[in-house]
Amino acid sequence: MININEVIETNEMIEKENLDVRTITLGISLLDCISDDISTLNENIYRKITTVAKDLVKTGHEIEREFAIPIVNKRISVTPIAIVGASACKSEEDFVSIAKTLDRAAKECGVNFLGGFSALPAKGMTKSEELLIKSIPAALAETDNICASVNLGSTKTGINMDAVALMGKIIKETAMKTSERDSIGCAKLVVFCNAPDDNPFMAGAFHGVTETDNVINVGVSGPGVIKHALSEVEGADFGTLCECIKKTAFKITRLGQLVAQEASRRMNIPFGIVDLSLAPTPAIGDSIAEILEGIGLERVGAPGTTAALALLNDNVKKGGIMASSYVGGLSGAFIPVSEDQGMIDAVKAGSLSIEKLEAMTCVCSVGLDMIAIPGSTNEYTIAGIIADEMAIGMINQKTTAVRIIPVIGKEVGDEASFGGLLGYAPIMSVNSFSCEAFIKRGGRIPAPVHSFKN
Amino acid sequence: MSKSIITVVGRDQVGIIAKVCTYLAESGVNILDISQTIVDGFFNMMMITDTSGANKEFLVLSDELEALGKKIGVLIKLQREDIFNKMQRI
Repeated sequence: MININEVIETNEMIEKENLDVRTITLGISLLDCISDDISTLNENIYRKITTVAKDLVKTGHEIEREFAIPIVNKRISVTPIAIVGASACKSEEDFVSIAKTLDRAAKECGVNFLGGFSALPAKGMTKSEELLIKSIPAALAETDNICASVNLGSTKTGINMDAVALMGKIIKETAMKTSERDSIGCAKLVVFCNAPDDNPFMAGAFHGVTETDNVINVGVSGPGVIKHALSEVEGADFGTLCECIKKTAFKITRLGQLVAQEASRRMNIPFGIVDLSLAPTPAIGDSIAEILEGIGLERVGAPGTTAALALLNDNVKKGGIMASSYVGGLSGAFIPVSEDQGMIDAVKAGSLSIEKLEAMTCVCSVGLDMIAIPGSTNEYTIAGIIADEMAIGMINQKTTAVRIIPVIGKEVGDEASFGGLLGYAPIMSVNSFSCEAFIKRGGRIPAPVHSFKN
Repeated sequence: MSKSIITVVGRDQVGIIAKVCTYLAESGVNILDISQTIVDGFFNMMMITDTSGANKEFLVLSDELEALGKKIGVLIKLQREDIFNKMQRI
């Protein structure tokens, strides 16, 4: 039988160490909404989402209250809209109209984000994908709760450099269109290499075509809990440290698994996966940077940071995999700058650069995340940053991503503020040497060899 | 059987258990086990209860216990037992 100390430990994790379930994300297939008429398509999409997801927020609240565990976000992901709209959309405006429909549906359901305004041109780009991508700046400027993502490459296909170049331009345009709000549109736009079909986290969530009709995916959190646990093994050797992370990750993941199964049972929608990612928030103590500093770094970014992050990420997975029957999504430590107070402090202290963050993404999901750069950065440099990150994902057979915000009107030394969970970020300096000729080559980087791993 | 855990945390005073137990008896909640300890000078009590015979909805019980706690000056929380079983047991 459960004893009082176990009850106290669990409740302290929730009350004092910011333990929460970060998101219940309901994946909804929109394939059966497809029509060649844009208004019929919009109607079908609205009806399907508001029917399937009508109890999502209510169910989330009930679980929260019955177990006394905060579930921070209830969200929806849908089939990539470039596929759903391929038949009906003849123009960028048609795709924008779908974005607005999705936004209306999200608001009706009471969710704070809906992901899936997406295209997957990892190898080649269809006309529909190109139209959707070109509609992204307007779609994100004219909606509040929609997230867009584009998969630009994979280990199996190589990298679609035409799409990379296009995204450099689109990110810049999205920034311009939302320049009065610190270019917040770019905070809702992410590009991937090896994008997973079952990611519950925004901005990159979409409901892949390998999925069933509807599915419940859950993302756990808990950097604060790991940080607290590490304070009890201060100075201990690596074996003890790793054991401590594994045990704590086990507990955090079990909570995610419980919430996922409860939501699945109550809504009568199959359970998909638990995503093991440690997701920081701007709250003090809920920081990946602080965990790394707890492992023994004066500041995140110092030599040793990549190794510390590698062991953290690996042991979170080892503990988490035992706790859940189905693990998926991104499952790694997120290292966003704006959403993590410790990262912000490290940038301000001059310890953390984009180059070091890029190195860190070699050993953890998910990539360069929520990084604010000068608004004057040109589209080729942005495309170059994307290409580098895609190459890391392609060669290392892992998911990588870029969510970068060229904040119009701001330069290094300024700050951009996005509000809420998105936090604020100091503008980071970018290498100013040009890669224009590289990006302008066009075409595709071929798939890599899968042997001779060095 | 539908097991739930009630935790009471706050400064020790006369009659906490009596008041909580009276409320539970009136609401048809059966108490299976009680234990208590002092953490950082605070009174911590845990009850394992069976709410399957309760004459109220779970969330109503939860709200009323919370309100009772406010009246006494302690924090009372009602949670389904699963959260502890899942996190603390393999």
